[in-house]
Amino acid sequence: MKISRDAVLHVAELAHLELTEAEVETFLRQLDSILTYIDKLNELDTANIEPLAQALFGAASDEEATLRQDQLVSCEVAKEVLKSAPDPSPPYFRVPKVIDR
Amino acid sequence: MTAAAPWSVSSIRAALESKKISARELASEFLARIEKQNPHLNAFLTLSAERALAQAARIDQMLARGEPLPPLAGVPVAIKDVLSTRGIRTTCGSRILENYYPPYDATAVERLERAGAVLLGKTNCDEFAMGSSNENSAYGPVRNPVAPDRVPGGSSGGSAAAVAAGLAVAALGTDTGGSIRQPGALCGIPAMMPSYGRVSRYGLIAFASSLDRIGPFARSVRDTATVLEVIAGRDPNDSTSASIPVGSYVDDLEKPVRGLRIGIAPEYFQEGMDAEVRQKIESGIRLLESLGCQRVDLRMPHTEYAIATYYIIATAEASSNLARYDGVRYGLRAPGTTLLEMYKKTRGQGFGPEVKRRIMLGTYALSAGYYDAYYLKSQKVRALIARDFREAFSKVDAIITPTSPVPAFRLGERTSDPLQMYLADIYTVTGSLAGVPGISIPCGKTRQELPVGLQIFGPHFGESRVLQLAHAFETAGGFGH
Repeated sequence: MKISRDAVLHVAELAHLELTEAEVETFLRQLDSILTYIDKLNELDTANIEPLAQALFGAASDEEATLRQDQLVSCEVAKEVLKSAPDPSPPYFRVPKVIDR
Repeated sequence: MTAAAPWSVSSIRAALESKKISARELASEFLARIEKQNPHLNAFLTLSAERALAQAARIDQMLARGEPLPPLAGVPVAIKDVLSTRGIRTTCGSRILENYYPPYDATAVERLERAGAVLLGKTNCDEFAMGSSNENSAYGPVRNPVAPDRVPGGSSGGSAAAVAAGLAVAALGTDTGGSIRQPGALCGIPAMMPSYGRVSRYGLIAFASSLDRIGPFARSVRDTATVLEVIAGRDPNDSTSASIPVGSYVDDLEKPVRGLRIGIAPEYFQEGMDAEVRQKIESGIRLLESLGCQRVDLRMPHTEYAIATYYIIATAEASSNLARYDGVRYGLRAPGTTLLEMYKKTRGQGFGPEVKRRIMLGTYALSAGYYDAYYLKSQKVRALIARDFREAFSKVDAIITPTSPVPAFRLGERTSDPLQMYLADIYTVTGSLAGVPGISIPCGKTRQELPVGLQIFGPHFGESRVLQLAHAFETAGGFGH
């Protein structure tokens, strides 16, 4: 096995995903098969290869050309943004209690 | 109108200018067709009739005042539901965004409307654009208009089906590993993924940010070029958008293709490929040769590693991008007594199985102890795949491949094994990783009348050449609609 049941539970915890018992079993089997396939990459010697994070060309690869000036601009969107919030308490988002006193 | 809508960008302009139809009448006609056909096809998730008719009225006023019309005046378009539309529900095909109304428009959407396009509605797609059949939508699968018991491809299945069924003249899709080109191939219409950085991603709800691209579907290469020219170009709101000037894609379409070198690599003709698809692609290559293109045989040795590379990089980026769906600022919230419990329940209930699977895979690949073995390794192999393309384009002007190894498959036929579904992207993910542009264009049909798509890759920002070849191929092969 490429991945253990404990590892599946740990990853679900890291990803903040509540999984059912059936999902844990299915993902264990499927992730194992996918990771076995991905082992294919080890056939390649990449010791001297620089990783490529993004294929950028032209001026988009030039930070000077793409970073804007750090200037303050007015941004009055709170009212509209809060319209989509599940539990708004303008001008805040309300969430379950984080700290117990 | 008949099942095959005759409308194109240029025929709409002519009809509007000669007062044969008003923009409002045209929009109403399309909205009525959608109302009639969509219950069967499920291509649209939300209609924006009010916005469409208001825009059409503006076009009619321009006509009445004798003002010059913008390039897409009155053209009815559909937008994949991962692109933000101000005040119009945008679900990403997910339950977690079932009631999400974005406060702004994506740049590509804004540019289409500024060019006169009439926005009909939002199209169905695999949840968060993750899938190759549109069967991962929380709102049900889309039917392929060419063969209703089959998938339209994915993830932009709704956009492809809408255009193929004549429910829109053009549509926007997004392509991360093949999600524009593969549904274009399976539905039998042109579909283009431009270079990474050619079209602003501002307002595109992110799946994998180093791979995501926005591009057009249309019924002809000419209309595809027209839409791309409108949406392309630098946007200060996307720092990865390039300031390289946008080509005159439409004006350049008729440029001769004689003497262009087309590369053919055996790695794109491996086993697992449908025999009829192979035969159609081979005759397509001969057609290009008969137009004076010169065939160059080349090797792209890292092609077979592209799926494995892609499914690490894309899922790693997705696991990070989708962390924002936590029930706090927008979308679904499942009740929980603590913040953490609320997060977990919201995400557990809001995401579908494929999205969860990819978040799990991506989180695993980025987790302590596995980062180097999976994520870093994949980025290095990505560099090798990009090198294959760079070396190829030092010898040829374009690379010709099949878009998909198989024609449209039956609904439900491939849903049980995710790995088998991932392998459907085998010929498209390479170009995604390398950042190059690619188009899929119709290349005939199988004996069962299923469309086959031929893919043309060009070098970075080589959209003009790709479109010229596609246009010449479409014209010579009689594949236009």
